[in-house]
Amino acid sequence: MQTKKPVPLIFELSSPGRRGYRYPELDVPETPMEELLPKEHLRREVPKLPEVSEIEVVRHYTGLSRLNHGVDVGFYPLGSCTMKYNPKVNEDIARLPGFSLLHPYQPEETVQGALKLMYKLQSYLTEIAGLSATTLQPAAGAHGELTGLMLMRAYHRERGEDTQRKEMLVPDSAHGTNPASAMMVNYKVREVPSDARGGVDVEALRGMVGPQTAGIMLTNPNTLGLFDENICEVAKIIHDAGGLLYYDGANANAIMGYVRPGDMGFDIVHFNLHKTFSTPHGGGGPGSGPIAVSQRLQDYLPGPLVSKRDGEYVWEYPTKSIGRVRSFFGNFGVLVRAYAYIRSHGPQGLMDVSDTAVLHANYLMRKLQDDFDLPYDRHCMHEFVLSGKRQKNQGVRTLDIAKRLLDYGVHSPTVYFPLIVEEALMVEPTETETLATLDAFVEAMKQIAIEAAEEPETVRQAPYNTPVRRLDDALAARKPVLRWTPRS
Amino acid sequence: MANPRDYFYTKDHEWIHVKGKVCRIGITDYAQNELGDVVFVELPEQDTIVEEGEGFAVVESVKAVSDVYAPLSGKVVGINEALEDSPELVNESPFDEGWIVELEITDESQLKDLMTADEYDAFLEEV
Repeated sequence: MQTKKPVPLIFELSSPGRRGYRYPELDVPETPMEELLPKEHLRREVPKLPEVSEIEVVRHYTGLSRLNHGVDVGFYPLGSCTMKYNPKVNEDIARLPGFSLLHPYQPEETVQGALKLMYKLQSYLTEIAGLSATTLQPAAGAHGELTGLMLMRAYHRERGEDTQRKEMLVPDSAHGTNPASAMMVNYKVREVPSDARGGVDVEALRGMVGPQTAGIMLTNPNTLGLFDENICEVAKIIHDAGGLLYYDGANANAIMGYVRPGDMGFDIVHFNLHKTFSTPHGGGGPGSGPIAVSQRLQDYLPGPLVSKRDGEYVWEYPTKSIGRVRSFFGNFGVLVRAYAYIRSHGPQGLMDVSDTAVLHANYLMRKLQDDFDLPYDRHCMHEFVLSGKRQKNQGVRTLDIAKRLLDYGVHSPTVYFPLIVEEALMVEPTETETLATLDAFVEAMKQIAIEAAEEPETVRQAPYNTPVRRLDDALAARKPVLRWTPRS
Repeated sequence: MANPRDYFYTKDHEWIHVKGKVCRIGITDYAQNELGDVVFVELPEQDTIVEEGEGFAVVESVKAVSDVYAPLSGKVVGINEALEDSPELVNESPFDEGWIVELEITDESQLKDLMTADEYDAFLEEV
């Protein structure tokens, strides 16, 4: 690892006795700690916390934040992650004390405003999905997948078919979380091949379904950024076989307001509020992965949902609920931000979001198609996938291109995914960037393509302008050092 | 890269080079090519007893994390420590310097379930 300037940990700034505050002198009688707390809970030694002044804390963390790349700093075209701008008006609304100072055990009559917001968010998401009901419980996308598949299982169980319907179909272009979630629910995963246009191979699918089929997990547009025009045929094949369709909403930014997953034949949809609905993620967060379901599944939804009874908002469990999938709505602030996003855009505004996201992706794809390989040459949706195959033959891998982009002040696209594209670079610009930013990205990519051809070593050794150079991220993930240990 | 003629192979794309009781094991050129750049290899402890079919090493590439399954039962008598600092040897020299584990096998009859180089070549034609 080559570090330019080592950054000390806050613990290493510690100096004995230094403080950021001073208590005023005690003006009441002192009660010994032993009389206030049970003996077994009393600490015998002073905790080893850093002793620093307030300005040191501020400078330390401000300094760390400046070492990061984030959407507030620069372009972040990370495919399938929808790193759009997080509007500051959302932050303003989420900080209103009526939202930010709630306690999860407060009586319902004291939190009617918060419950109303959740109730309305449930109904907006239900409408955007084109389905019947929504739960806000799942904590993020993969949790939504897990919950959705548990609903499928409950549905098949009530029909006495759960022991026979053991197979979950997943396309070979799927997000990795799809087969992982299916395994968690104890389904056997079967991979559906893609056809030459990058969609589901319908004929192959026909041969794979049967009484063993529990369902299929799909995203449309898929991870190649392509809209699968055969989706209604796919839905018919699955439904005729007695299975259900799960929509992975990671790519919903491409279709919001234009196509409703319910109309495509899906039974379950998850939305990533932290992608499509602009709540912070990528080191921020937390996430949120509500799921909307069709009528036949709504009675199984996890609770509690927010319902309206005689003008009052109340917590309620559906009749055959699978129960809770998490304890509290600890990410309530995220729900407020998503609500603010939907309300500040309105129906036409949300459609404009999708329009512009798709336009930006097509603009970049056409600008870059001569400098990199484009394995599926079709109009794309909100993202597209290039292949770094040509550059690989010049001795430069996709990973090197990703690192070199950092020198141009751009976060890398998603790399090596989807798996069916060699040396993949998956680019999702989002709707919130200016033409000047998109053009600067095109310039950077073209420049790197030239470097790869003429001076590949420059790209192979990148990055140069970042706080740290190439890190051994595999080793860091395998053997992480998570805790600072004092020397004494 | 041609598959060495004197090695045995499995459907999981591992190669086995038998030297008496000790079998050297790695992944084939086809496997390393499919995985892409290898960034980490997790090796078993010396003297570990493994059963055939058990995952006994892990190869992590830029694309995926894959188990390496023991093609035979036996005891781990050698691990390629060079891979700890240079996992890319699996890509650069899959059949030689990129070897992963040496097993002292317990049941020689298991060898007859393995594929010869000709059989593996034919198997690759199909996949």
